[in-house]
Amino acid sequence: MTTIKQLSVFIENRTGRINEVTRILEESGINMSAFSLAESADFGILRMIVSDVDGARAALKAAHFGVSTTDVLAISCPNRPGAMHRVLEVLARENVFIEYMYAFSEGEVANVIIRPTDVERAAELLRNL
Amino acid sequence: MIWNQPKECMSAEDKRRMQGERLRKLVERVYHSVPFYRRKMQEMDVMPRDIRSIDDIVRLPFTTKQDMRDNYPYDLFAVPMSEIVRLHASSGTTGKPTVVGYTRYDLSVWSEMTARCLSAFGADRNDIVSVGYGYGLFTGGLGLHYGVEHLGGTVIPMSSGNTAKHIQLMHDFGATALACTPSYALYLADALRDCGMPRDEFRLKIGIFGAEPWTENMRREIEAKLGIDAYNIYGLSEVMGPGVSYECECKNGSHIGDDHFYPEIVSPDTLEPLPYGEQGELVFTTLTKEGIPLLRYRTKDLCSLDDTPCECGRTAVRMSRIVGRSDDMLIIRGVNLFPSQIESVILEMEEFEPHYLLVVDRVNNLDTLEVQVEVRDGFYSDEINRMMELRKKIAARLQSVLGLAADIRLVEPGTIARSEGKAKRVIDKRTLN
Repeated sequence: MTTIKQLSVFIENRTGRINEVTRILEESGINMSAFSLAESADFGILRMIVSDVDGARAALKAAHFGVSTTDVLAISCPNRPGAMHRVLEVLARENVFIEYMYAFSEGEVANVIIRPTDVERAAELLRNL
Repeated sequence: MIWNQPKECMSAEDKRRMQGERLRKLVERVYHSVPFYRRKMQEMDVMPRDIRSIDDIVRLPFTTKQDMRDNYPYDLFAVPMSEIVRLHASSGTTGKPTVVGYTRYDLSVWSEMTARCLSAFGADRNDIVSVGYGYGLFTGGLGLHYGVEHLGGTVIPMSSGNTAKHIQLMHDFGATALACTPSYALYLADALRDCGMPRDEFRLKIGIFGAEPWTENMRREIEAKLGIDAYNIYGLSEVMGPGVSYECECKNGSHIGDDHFYPEIVSPDTLEPLPYGEQGELVFTTLTKEGIPLLRYRTKDLCSLDDTPCECGRTAVRMSRIVGRSDDMLIIRGVNLFPSQIESVILEMEEFEPHYLLVVDRVNNLDTLEVQVEVRDGFYSDEINRMMELRKKIAARLQSVLGLAADIRLVEPGTIARSEGKAKRVIDKRTLN
């Protein structure tokens, strides 16, 4: 488990806006290893884990995107039944609230990004897992 | 029917004499009891004795809404507060509305003027009038209310909001006339069609519509949908409230109560008086008002005047429909709104950039107001909820300042044009043709 920086981009609900973000990342030579998109009626928030947070942030801001960075927890766990449940049980038992999470699995490993309300507390609980 | 034949049908000559006499007394009064006017007249080197006829009005100073704000709350009042029996206020920039005070005599003139309107619309003591204008600081509700009572009709003090109940009571109480904004009338027409009660169970025949500009097309639509005769009533709180002018059965311009309110049309740029027939800014002098008499008040409403005799028999000068404003005031659902009011709210909130765009539209006959704002760097969040909270926060502030619900749209940084001189702050998609 590690604490890493996640980059969030405010995106209006208009066709082609996400493409604009990916274009800028491409031009800056920045790789996106995970992302999720949260949506509301008028706008969305693209949350992503990138190879160069500061570089991506600067490039997006220069292109007039509204961006913010947040600490999130990146967890690797085995890609098999019950593994995710074990992680969530630890947090639920201690009343740590999760704002959102997203995940992808690849072969033997599943990678999970968790955004708890209290990052430090969650990190502490999961350190020994 | 003509409510006050001697006044509404006065010969041109008699009227001029009466207006001149009233102006002379008015100027005498404000010079001695309102320091603001005394100072202005002294600056212009005009003394009360210089005003001998109504033609001398052009020598007098203008009054603006800003003057009313600068003299907030009571400095333009010409009588002691013991003589004031009613206050009304119009919405203004944050915390500073414009206040008007009425003496008992002022209220009697107001009732008389509104009764003239209702009578011109064909109403009499047998009519039951549902007043759907807001009651309160806004002059619409109470203005009509006292007029109906003065006429001898029956008033249903509905106030605004709650369309279903309004329709039910108009049905049950046998309302014969409806007073509200024309856009609300259209909204009501659709609701009435869908309410399940057949039209012939309603007794509605007269519509009394004002507080916002409207068009002949809207009149046709309202008349067809509601099956009534729709009439325009015009007014503004600074001058009195509803009843400053009104249409007659000819529906060809609104007759101004020019024995009480002397109208002029001036060029909004040079302030030079323009002849009848030319379009310009409408200016009123309140010839008989006691509480807060105003000399040459600039309404910022653009229209033209017509003094040719009307087929109805009235000689009272007619004003055309309002074709626009000489300032940036918007009228949304009957509520007056200046972009600067919205600006003042946004400037107070650190979460937003000091730029905005207002998009005004009319959907299902109701005005909509969208306010586009950009969140300031540092206030963006990874959580939808946080962004929604920002939106709610600004919506609540705007609601309390404007008295009007606005849809807030958060847009990406740099989307809104930055002001270079005159930035386009308003897109009004409503068509008035």
